[in-house]
Amino acid sequence: MLSRTADSLYWTGRYIERADFLARILEATIRLAAIPTRGDGDAETVWASALASAGAPKALGRAPTEKSVREYLAFSPDNASSIAACITRARTNARSVRTALTVELWEAINGAWNGLAEQGQPTRRDDFGHFLEWVKTVTLSVEGAASRTMLRNDGYYFLRLGAAIERADNTARLLDVKYHLLLPEGERVGGQLDYFQWTTLLREVSALTAYRWVYRDSVKPWLVADLLVLNRQMPRSLASCQASIVRYLEKLANDYGRRGPAQRLAAERMRAFDSSRIETIFQSGLHEYIQSFLNENGRLGQAIHEQYLS
Amino acid sequence: MAFDEMSGGAPVYGGKVRDSYRGLAKWLADAPEGLLQARSRQAELFFRRMGVTFAVYGDAESSERLIPFDVVPRIIGAAEWGGLEKGLIQRVSAINAFLADVYGKQECLKAGVVPAELILTNPQYAPEMQGRRPPRDIWVQIAGVDLVRTGEDGFYVLEDNCRTPSGVSYMLENREMMMRLFPDLFADYPVRPVETYADMLLASLRACAPEAAGSDPTIVVLTPGPFNSAYYEHSFLADKLGVELVEGRDLFVDDGKVFMRTTEGRQQVDVIYRRIDDAFLDPLTFRPDSALGVPGLMNAYEEGTVTLANAVGTGVADDKAVYTYMPEIIRFFTGEEPILNNVPTWRCREPDALKHVLANLGDLVVKEVGGSGGYGMLVGPASTKAEIESFRKKLINDPDDFIAQPTLALSTAPTLDKGELHGRHVDLRPFVLSSPDGVKVAPGGLTRVALKPGSLVVNSSQGGGTKDTWVLDV
Repeated sequence: MLSRTADSLYWTGRYIERADFLARILEATIRLAAIPTRGDGDAETVWASALASAGAPKALGRAPTEKSVREYLAFSPDNASSIAACITRARTNARSVRTALTVELWEAINGAWNGLAEQGQPTRRDDFGHFLEWVKTVTLSVEGAASRTMLRNDGYYFLRLGAAIERADNTARLLDVKYHLLLPEGERVGGQLDYFQWTTLLREVSALTAYRWVYRDSVKPWLVADLLVLNRQMPRSLASCQASIVRYLEKLANDYGRRGPAQRLAAERMRAFDSSRIETIFQSGLHEYIQSFLNENGRLGQAIHEQYLS
Repeated sequence: MAFDEMSGGAPVYGGKVRDSYRGLAKWLADAPEGLLQARSRQAELFFRRMGVTFAVYGDAESSERLIPFDVVPRIIGAAEWGGLEKGLIQRVSAINAFLADVYGKQECLKAGVVPAELILTNPQYAPEMQGRRPPRDIWVQIAGVDLVRTGEDGFYVLEDNCRTPSGVSYMLENREMMMRLFPDLFADYPVRPVETYADMLLASLRACAPEAAGSDPTIVVLTPGPFNSAYYEHSFLADKLGVELVEGRDLFVDDGKVFMRTTEGRQQVDVIYRRIDDAFLDPLTFRPDSALGVPGLMNAYEEGTVTLANAVGTGVADDKAVYTYMPEIIRFFTGEEPILNNVPTWRCREPDALKHVLANLGDLVVKEVGGSGGYGMLVGPASTKAEIESFRKKLINDPDDFIAQPTLALSTAPTLDKGELHGRHVDLRPFVLSSPDGVKVAPGGLTRVALKPGSLVVNSSQGGGTKDTWVLDV
C-alpha cells in the first residue's frame, strides 16, 4: 500500500474518532454545567475544563463561556480540531484515497460531510444537543461501515490503528477532565457533586451500565478510573485501546513479514499495563499518570509514522 | 432543421419514432405521470451522496459540482454503431501510425501530407520523443473521439482527444444509475454492457507494459490530485482497475526505474496511466515549476523501463489544425477512404480561407487551435457584435491559431425539462483503446447534452449535462 494512502486512512480514523470524542466532551460539559448546586463563577470552570480536555486550555484567550466554548469546539474555522473541521478533514483524507475505501465507508464519511451544511450551527441548547447526537450517529455509521465492509488488510488496520491511538488519547483526556474540574471548597470528595461528576464521565463514554455490571457498587473514583484505565473488557479503556494498537500493529507485521520500532514500543507499553494496579496509580497521582500516558501515546504515534506513513 | 434521435425529424414527441426508440416510446407512454421527475431527483441525490462531482476552476463557492444527469437515454441501433465502430478503429489506427511516423521517419511530412512546419513548430510536438519509440510502439492507448450527428447518415468527427481524454467514469456511472432507476426498461432492451470497459482497459495497459516487466506488470493511475477537475474520474478508474492511484510525490526515479513509496518499502512501477499533461510530467525535462510530476521520469521513459499511457507528445495529433488534415492522414496510412467524415473546416492559416472566414464570422464557429473545454471559441450566431469584432482582431493578428467551421445542426435527443420531453442538442464521445492486440471501442460512450433550449454548447464546464448512451445488440 502507498505510504500516503496508509497515512490518509490513519488520519481518517483519527479525525472521525476525535469528532465523536468532542461531541461527548461537550455533552458531558453541558450536563456538568447544569448541576444546580454550583455557585456563580463555577460555570466558567466547567467550560474551561472542556477546553483543557480537548487539549486547548488557552485557545480562547479570554474567560470561556458556554457560548464561546461550544462555538470553538464544534464549529470554529479557527480551530483545526473542531468537530466540523474533523469531519471535513476526515472527508478530505478519505477523498484522496477514495479507492482504498468501500462504497459504504465512503458514503458514510461523505454523508457526514454533506450533513454538516444541513446541520448548520445551532445556538439554542436543545438544537445543539441534537447536533451532538447527530455527530455521534454519523461517527457510529462510519465505524459500522468500516467494520462491516472492509477487507481485513493493511488498509483496515491503518484506519483502525488511527482510531485506537486517538481513542486512547481521548479517554485519557476525558479522565483528566476530573482533574481540571476542581471541587469547590467545602465540597467533600465522595460527596454529591463529586459523585455527579464521575457519573457524568461514565455516562459520556456509555459506560455507566457497564460500571454497575462490573463492580456492583456505587460510583467510586478509583473504580471509575480502574474501568477506564485498566479494565480490558471496557472497549474504551486505555488498556483496551493499547491492546487494539498492539493487535493491529502485529497484524501489519505479520502481513508484511517485518517487525519494527512501533511493534516493540507498543508491546512494551502493554506489559506496563499488565503489571499496573489502580491503587498504585492513584497514590502517585492520576493526573500525572495520564500526562505521562499522553506523552507515550504521542511517541508511539510518531514511531508508527516513521515506520509506515512517510 | 435539426435531426432528432427519436423522431428522425423535428423534436416533436408523440408521433413518428425511429426503430431504436420504439421500446422507449412505448414505455414512456405507459409511465405514470411524474415518474421521470421522481427518478431524476433520485439520481441527483445518489450522485451527490456518491460524490460524483467535478471541480470548476475559479469557482470558489461551489468548487465541487454535479454534472446534471438526464434520465432519458440516448439510443444507438446495432447497425449505426457498427459503422461508427469501424470508422473509429480506422481513425485511431491511423493516428497511432501517424505519431509513430512523426517521431520516426517523418514520411508523411516528406510526402507533404501535412505541412512539416505545422507539426515541428507545434507547441504539442515533443522533440524529446524524436527518434524514440514507446514500449510496444503504441502511442495513444486511450482516445476519446467527439462525434456529432446532423442526419440519419451524417456522423461527423468534431475533435480527436489523444492526450488524457476524460468522461469515461460518467459513461459507467450513468449506466449504473439507469439500471438502478429503470430496471424494467433494460429487460425489454438488448443494451450492450459498458462495464467491460475496465477489463478492456486493464488488458490494454498490461499488453503495453515494457517487456522486462514480465507477466504481471505493476500498473498505476497518476493523478494531479484531489483538486483536479477530473479527480473523481481518476480515483474511479484506479478503483475499477484495482490499481494504486498515485500522485507525483508517491513516485521516485532511481537507477533509470520508477518506484512508488509503500508501507513495505519501494515497489517498481511498469505502466503509468497518467492523467497529467506532458508539461507537468517531469520538472527536470519540462516545466521546472511543476510540483505534480516526478523528477527524472523522462529518463526512465527513455530507458524504456516504464510505459506512459498515453505516450508523450501525442497532443500533436489532436491539435485542431492537424485535425483538418485527418482525412489525408487516414488515406496515407491506411490506404482507405475515411469512414468517418471531418466537419468541413477552414484553416485560417490559408489566406483564402481566412478571407472567407472574416467575411462570414456571424455564421461560423471559430475555434482556437489549442483550446479545449469550450474555452477560446466563438459561436457566431450566438454572439454579440462586440464579441465578433473582438474575435476578428484576434484572427487578423494570429490567423495560424484558428480554424472555423459552419455551425452544424447538431442532432437533438429527448431530454427532461420541467417534467416534459424536449429536444436538446447532443454530441457523443466514444472511447477507443489501442494495444499490440488491436484497437477496440467500448460499446457505448458519453453523450453530452446542452440543457438550455437551442444551445449548442455541451461542455460540462459550460453547464452541459450527460445522458446514458445505449448501444443495442440488434
